[in-house]
This record gives sequence, structure tokens and C-alpha cells, in this order.
Amino acid sequence: MDKHVYTAFVILLAGGVTIFLRACPFLLFGRRQALPSYVAFLGNYLPPAIMAVLLVYCLKGIRFNSYPYGLAECLSVALVVALHLWKSNSLLSIGAGTGCYMILIRTVFACG
Amino acid sequence: MVESPSQSQSSGFIWRFCLLQTIPIASAYLFLGMAFGIYMTEAGWHPGWVLTTSMVVYAGSLQFVLVALLASGASFLTVALMTLFINTRHLFYGIGFIEPFRKMGWKYPYMIFALTDETYSLLCSVPVPEGIDRRKVYFRIAVLDHGYWLCGSLAGALLGRAVPIDFAGIEFSMTALFVIIFLNQWKQCRSHLPAVTGLCFGVFFLILLGPDAFLLPTLGATVGLLLVLRQKVVAAESEAARG
Repeated sequence: MDKHVYTAFVILLAGGVTIFLRACPFLLFGRRQALPSYVAFLGNYLPPAIMAVLLVYCLKGIRFNSYPYGLAECLSVALVVALHLWKSNSLLSIGAGTGCYMILIRTVFACG
Repeated sequence: MVESPSQSQSSGFIWRFCLLQTIPIASAYLFLGMAFGIYMTEAGWHPGWVLTTSMVVYAGSLQFVLVALLASGASFLTVALMTLFINTRHLFYGIGFIEPFRKMGWKYPYMIFALTDETYSLLCSVPVPEGIDRRKVYFRIAVLDHGYWLCGSLAGALLGRAVPIDFAGIEFSMTALFVIIFLNQWKQCRSHLPAVTGLCFGVFFLILLGPDAFLLPTLGATVGLLLVLRQKVVAAESEAARG
């Protein structure tokens, strides 16, 4: 098969499956007048749970059993938490945390 | 000075608000998009394909896998299964947005399409100012995020490795954003059961199954347990509201 035709099909296929997954809740429940009560419940209470899971997902690559033991990540996350509890300024917390992480992985915890 | 309703509803005001809210996502998407653009062009694809992929697929980690699949000439079945496997978590995101999205007319399908991890997280937590239609905010945030991703991808594809700056580690801004959203939701919610459930199952399955396989069991178990504990969660919430 021609490379361009193949590429186009692969992109359409991956895009199609992805939007299908994102659309599932809407296809299942989008046309109802009132949502079933368990769906309304999940809509309200699932987001904090999913955020917790995504947080674990972000940090899943840390290896605690070998140097540098995820210290760059842990210290930077601690800085974000502390700054946010202190100042409640999202941009400040994110900027300082990210800067801290970028400096740490280049200096103290530089690999190789 | 208090802004009049017409002022605060003005398009410019809402765009500025959304721009500020999306700054963390902008930094992550521009950088990761560039990394993707560099990766796909170096694998031998024209910048046009890079832009098409980011336009049509719009799913970060999957797009990197797609390049590997394309390069190896994988079968369509493999592509479909990999997409299912990597993106199944998106099944869960729409549940909280059925009500607001379905009243958005022609924007409804686009909002569903644009519901990435990051856009989902931001929409869950964005502090929509008093007097502003939150659906306007939702749409602008979705469009901006998609735009960052496209700009990053195109810049990476065109500039390639000519970019002299070392951005390694900037992806941490995404982690930081998730930390902050988590903290904000923790403060807002009276019942901490959902957050604790997600956190515990996440750590448990990560240790048990490893980083590549833990996500779906975690999400499944979290939804299951929350449904089982439904009465308890709602009771805790209303009790705290009374107290």
C-alpha cells in the first residue's frame, strides 16, 4: 500500500477510536431527559478520584529503589504543595515547581 | 471597580481569563507538541502529516506510539487495539460533562473530541467568574489547548532539532497542575472518600501491576467502589453541609 494512503488510514483509525471512547458517555446518556441517578452521582464524585489517579499516573515513572530515588519529583511536588497552601497562586506554584524540577535534574540529580 | 455585566461578559474578557487559566497547559503542550513534531519528522514523515495527526488524533501519548506503529507498518487491527488500550481511560471523562456539553449546539461534538486529560482536568476545576456563562469558558479553553498542541507540533516539525534550548523537565508543569487541581478539589469537597479511593487504588495497582498496566484496573476499581459506597459518600457530604 502507498505510504501516504496507509498513513492517512492509520491516522483516521486512531482518531476515530479515540473520539469514540471520548463520546461513549454522551452516546449512552446524552439523549435522556434526566440522567440516571448513578450517572449523576459519578459525574459529581468521580472527578476528584480521577485527579488522584492522574496524579499517580504522572509520577508512575519514579524508581524509589535506585538513585536518585525520585527525590527531584518529590522535592518539587512538596514545593508546589507548600507554595500553594501558602499563597494559593496557581501560576506561582506551577512555575516555581517546574523551575525547581528543571534545575534539580540538571544539577543535584543529573544522571550520567 | 466592579465590572458591569456587559463588560465581564465581553468576549475579550473571557478570552483573557481563559488564556491565564491555560498557561500551565500551554507550556506543557507547546513543549510536548514540539517533541512529537521532531519525532515524527525524523521518522520520515512530512510536517503536513504531523499537523494532520495532531489535528485529527489529538491524544499525546498515543501519537508517539502511532509514529512507532507507522514506521513498523503495523496492521490496522494493531493500530485499533493499541488506541483502545492506551485511551480507554477517556471513557470516564465525559460522565461529568453530559449536562453542560449537550446544550452547546454545534460545539457539542467538538467539546467531546477535545476532551484530553489536561483539558478535562482544567474544565473540572476552572473557577468560572460570577456572571459568566461557563460553557463559553469551556469552549475557549478547549480551542486554546488544541491550538497550543497544533502550534507545538508544527514548530517541532519545521524547526526540528535546530531549536537550541534544552526544555527537558518542562513536562513537570503538568504534574504540578494536577497537584494543584487535586489540592483545590480536596479543599472544595466535603467528602474526601473519592480522592482517597483513587489515590489508594492508584498506588496499590501501581505496585501490584507496574506502571504500564495499572491505570485501567485502578479506574475500574475506583468507579466500582464509589458506586458501592454511594449512600455513604452522599450522606457524608450532606452531614458536613449541615454541621
